[in-house]
Amino acid sequence: MTQTLADPLAARDHARAQGGTVVESMPVLPPVADDLPAGVAAADLLWEETIAAGGYATRRLSRGSRLRLIDLNGDACASLLVFNAEMPTERLNVADTVKIQWNAYLGAGKLLLSDMGRVLFSILEDDAGTHDTFCGTSNAATNSAKYGEGRNSGAYPSGRDRFLLGTAKHGLGRRDVHPCVNLFKGAKIEADGTITPEVGPFASGRSVVLRAEMDVIVVIANVPHVLDPRAEWSVTPLRATAWQGAVTAEDDAVRNATPEGLRAFTNVEDYFRR
Amino acid sequence: MSTDPHMSGLTGKVVHDVVVPARAPWLHHVKAGQTLRIVDLEGNQAVDFLLYSAADDAERYSAQDTVSAQGNLFLRTGTKLLSNEGNALMTIAATSVDYHDTIGGACSCESNTLRYGHHTKAEHACVENFLEANLLEGRGKRDIVSNINFFMNVPVEPDGSLGIVDGISAPGLTVDLRAEMDVVVVVSNCPQVNNPCNGFNPTPVRMIVVA
Repeated sequence: MTQTLADPLAARDHARAQGGTVVESMPVLPPVADDLPAGVAAADLLWEETIAAGGYATRRLSRGSRLRLIDLNGDACASLLVFNAEMPTERLNVADTVKIQWNAYLGAGKLLLSDMGRVLFSILEDDAGTHDTFCGTSNAATNSAKYGEGRNSGAYPSGRDRFLLGTAKHGLGRRDVHPCVNLFKGAKIEADGTITPEVGPFASGRSVVLRAEMDVIVVIANVPHVLDPRAEWSVTPLRATAWQGAVTAEDDAVRNATPEGLRAFTNVEDYFRR
Repeated sequence: MSTDPHMSGLTGKVVHDVVVPARAPWLHHVKAGQTLRIVDLEGNQAVDFLLYSAADDAERYSAQDTVSAQGNLFLRTGTKLLSNEGNALMTIAATSVDYHDTIGGACSCESNTLRYGHHTKAEHACVENFLEANLLEGRGKRDIVSNINFFMNVPVEPDGSLGIVDGISAPGLTVDLRAEMDVVVVVSNCPQVNNPCNGFNPTPVRMIVVA
């Protein structure tokens, strides 16, 4: 190895020899997926990436794009930040999401709402059923207390620190990391307000399909749920696949499901009337 | 000895004492160790509340960190109001209300169009107050996050149903907040008239700071 470092050409060869390595958690470029839904052509594929346990990923998705997340091995936790890509001061508002839909539990047909009265994502399919709008994610302090460390550069990075890196790659900063939602890990609320986390582990292969209703930036952190009661760090890889899709039509069932949701869609349509 | 019932139980020197008019914003710096008492003067008045570290206002109140740390959605006596970086900004030292809300967020012109219809878009709203107050110190829209609603009641049913329901507050009830560091308090005395959070009649609240 000393010899390699001493010689630029040998260092180049050493680096190049690593190309083509395949590991469990990595992006596939160009994207390939052999399990696209019926009617989705291979050419429609936009993104195929397996996000490492403890990792994060971020992507800009156009209005109409579908985003499918799969909890490959039953112990992923997809924490999501969502921004309006062309005006990131508009972003996911968790409080409005639960208040406006008169319900806190996410599932098929539910909307992720922005702080400007618009729909960022709608949830088209969900066979998991355990999601969380309340708990947020870990930070360096909570991970230090629980696992002994919480640095991005350590073994147990926190969700907040993952979000900071993911948002920074869009030129955003600490003020932009907002309250998040967690998919695949749940939180049930008891009558006295007690939060009961639902962390599984669950069956492998549970999935959620989202539809981008605006041009969005999504930042996904895959770290243990902040209220995971297990002493050990436990999280497994998360697969993200995105493909092109039609913009939501006027007769769409999700669009028309509730009066509040319909007004959120009409606000989106008004925003794109230009 | 004060005979003012709103001062009952407060010790120390009063350094600030003001009535925030109905529907208005309020911004105040509270020093570490000082206590802010909020008095719901006429009852059932939601006080929408944000907090920032005075030294670094990118560190701010986090509803999600606060409820996760205590494993419970409701804010009660003893609740530490945590920042997005896990530090205690203030502690609820005492309150004569059972609990307070931090999941219901703040009303905005935009969210009002969803909840009630586009005829309410022109009505004043808490986010307008938050913006107006924060702009005085160089903060803006990115600095508005899920807030606390003192004197507001948002129960969650077993199926996840939730809503703002009749207040559990009453005239003269209070919450006392002890600053654990130097903080900036930004309040919207909620102007909402389309749900029960203010008894359909926004009223003034009193802010008393003792050192």
